[in-house]
Amino acid sequence: MDYSWDFGPVIARFDMLAIGFLNTIKIAIVSILLGVVVGLVLVLMRLSPRKWLSWPAAIFIEFYRNTPPIVHFFWFFYALPVLLSVSLDPYVAAVLALSTQSGAFYAEVFRGGIVSIERGQWEGARALGMTHAALMRRIIVPQAISRMVPPFIERSFELLKTTALASTLAYADLLYQAMMVNAETFRPLEVYTTIALMYLVLLVTASQLARLAEARLTAYQ
Amino acid sequence: MQKPILEIKGLHKRFGDHHVLRGIDFSVAAGERIAIIGGSGSGKSTFLRCMNFMETLSEGEIWLDGKRIGTERNGQVTYPERQLCAVRERVGMVFQQFNLFPHMTVLQNVMEGLVTVKGMAREQAREIALQELDKVGLSEKVDAWPGRLSGGQQQRVAIARALSMKPEILLFDEPTSSLDPELVGEVLRVINHLAEEGRTMLLVTHELGFAYHFATKVIFLADGVFHEVGTPDEVLKNPRQARTQEFLRRFGEFAF
Amino acid sequence: MNYSPDFSVVLDNWPVLARGLWVTIQIWLPSIALGLIGGFLISQARLSSRRWLSIPSLVYVELFRDTPVLIQLIWFFYAFPILIGVQLTPFTAALLGLTLNTTAYSAEIFRGGIKSIHRGQMEGAKAIGMTHAQAMRRVILPQVVKRMLPAFTNRMIEVAKMSSLASVISVHELMYQGRLLSSTYYRPFEILTAVAFIYFVLIYPGTFLAGRLEKRLARSS
Repeated sequence: MDYSWDFGPVIARFDMLAIGFLNTIKIAIVSILLGVVVGLVLVLMRLSPRKWLSWPAAIFIEFYRNTPPIVHFFWFFYALPVLLSVSLDPYVAAVLALSTQSGAFYAEVFRGGIVSIERGQWEGARALGMTHAALMRRIIVPQAISRMVPPFIERSFELLKTTALASTLAYADLLYQAMMVNAETFRPLEVYTTIALMYLVLLVTASQLARLAEARLTAYQ
Repeated sequence: MQKPILEIKGLHKRFGDHHVLRGIDFSVAAGERIAIIGGSGSGKSTFLRCMNFMETLSEGEIWLDGKRIGTERNGQVTYPERQLCAVRERVGMVFQQFNLFPHMTVLQNVMEGLVTVKGMAREQAREIALQELDKVGLSEKVDAWPGRLSGGQQQRVAIARALSMKPEILLFDEPTSSLDPELVGEVLRVINHLAEEGRTMLLVTHELGFAYHFATKVIFLADGVFHEVGTPDEVLKNPRQARTQEFLRRFGEFAF
Repeated sequence: MNYSPDFSVVLDNWPVLARGLWVTIQIWLPSIALGLIGGFLISQARLSSRRWLSIPSLVYVELFRDTPVLIQLIWFFYAFPILIGVQLTPFTAALLGLTLNTTAYSAEIFRGGIKSIHRGQMEGAKAIGMTHAQAMRRVILPQVVKRMLPAFTNRMIEVAKMSSLASVISVHELMYQGRLLSSTYYRPFEILTAVAFIYFVLIYPGTFLAGRLEKRLARSS
């Protein structure tokens, strides 16, 4: 192990990595927000008593949960454009892959929270004369949210890690930028170690923030 | 005989192949206090729960104030949500497991129906809620979380929550069955107090001694039908049916 | 949408995909098996009262859980060989990365499971004269394994999905073959959809099993 480390070339191109770092954060936030929308639509369909709504949602969710994310990325980038005869740029394809995939998981998180509320709560609210909408809004959802928070955070954390796959579509995220820097400097050990540490900082910070949010959102229990 | 508030005709309830209620006709008039007794699995809770549509009826009709609940279309009866909500507003229920909302304080629990269902202003709802909580002896616990209360206290909050809606009929579904023995008394005292006020109440219970003093009418339910109906003296002291006698023998230790 | 899909390209190239699937299984199962063994050892270090054991194992676990697995694979393929002065084949690098990743996650599963067993069990075993190792093997682990079965099954699913990332460092597994075929025949829709289906068939039984196990466990406890 007489390799002599030299971070000089990496530091000289740190601006490229910084851009990648910000792009990673950007695509994660956009995908989480869109994923929540997808998840809400899916869970409403999934919990509907109408089979023509609940079945497609169930199939969509199961399919996404049981296939690797990289397949989704390539499918949206290469297959979907052929099907629709439009072209998608890497950013759009990556956001589509990330948000549909996280949407499928979020839908299960939401559903899990709602069905975990005891039957007595539904009955207690109904016995008072509440409509379904009122009992959802006042009784079930407020209690379900605090139960959804931990698995929601865990899923978002997974999504943040999965953003690295956007590099395979040549989206300029942190990993892709690192590949560019590596191609210029031929210093893979330093480059990839540096970005591994950057991901570590990002993810540890994110999980600390999430823990704070979790403590506040689940306070009454 | 007074005109009935609530009437049930030809009620059947099935859970899959399990035929729980097998044809019940029944009515409640104002001021009546009816105790429903029977072994476990006799269908007595299910019967009570049909009255405010906690269970859907398999067959039969429910009439409230001479009007039938449900909408008939092409021979199919449907129960639109707004009709069920209207029934439940007038027929209150107290559960075995209390079913308080854990994310709301005691006061908020009692205010909830007034604000959300009756659309009352918060200030007014608060006043009513405080009065009801005072009646059940919990003025000091208004800001507590339900999870911090004893079972007896929780059940008293649940009674206050039901009372706040000014129901015309109150349904009690084994209100003391999940309480520790030493907490049963405080809940029964509150129910007794409501009896003195002349409220219309239905009570499913195992507390036969309490049923005797509380009820104007006792129903012994077995195998999904009314086996014996009468005054407390008739049913609990001098039962005519062998089935009732046997049931009472097994519960023989209570003193009236 | 006037694209007419033609799935004959998938049928014609079935042997290529089957070869890919075989390689997928060759990285998947060994990294699960090795990761479980490694995970148990690390969990013991994590639970140790000796800080020179517990702290490094904590760092190890967090390093692997708080960085994207794709970065780990790339690091082991491009950076690690420089450090040790030996070139690794893509297959070896992928196996190494996935095994170490599985080790970290399994360690947390074991740790959670062992901690969830009531302290009285260990005390009861020691009170009848068992050594720590005996108590672990005869009393604690049998209970842990049953309780942790759903989590391990979930891990298997995750590793199966992760194995598709090996395509990025050109391991000739299923995803790699799919990408190759789709660019050769320019039929990305048919081929990527077929690849997704193959993964689904591979992974879904695990999800189904995990769900069943969870339900059974919830009933028994």
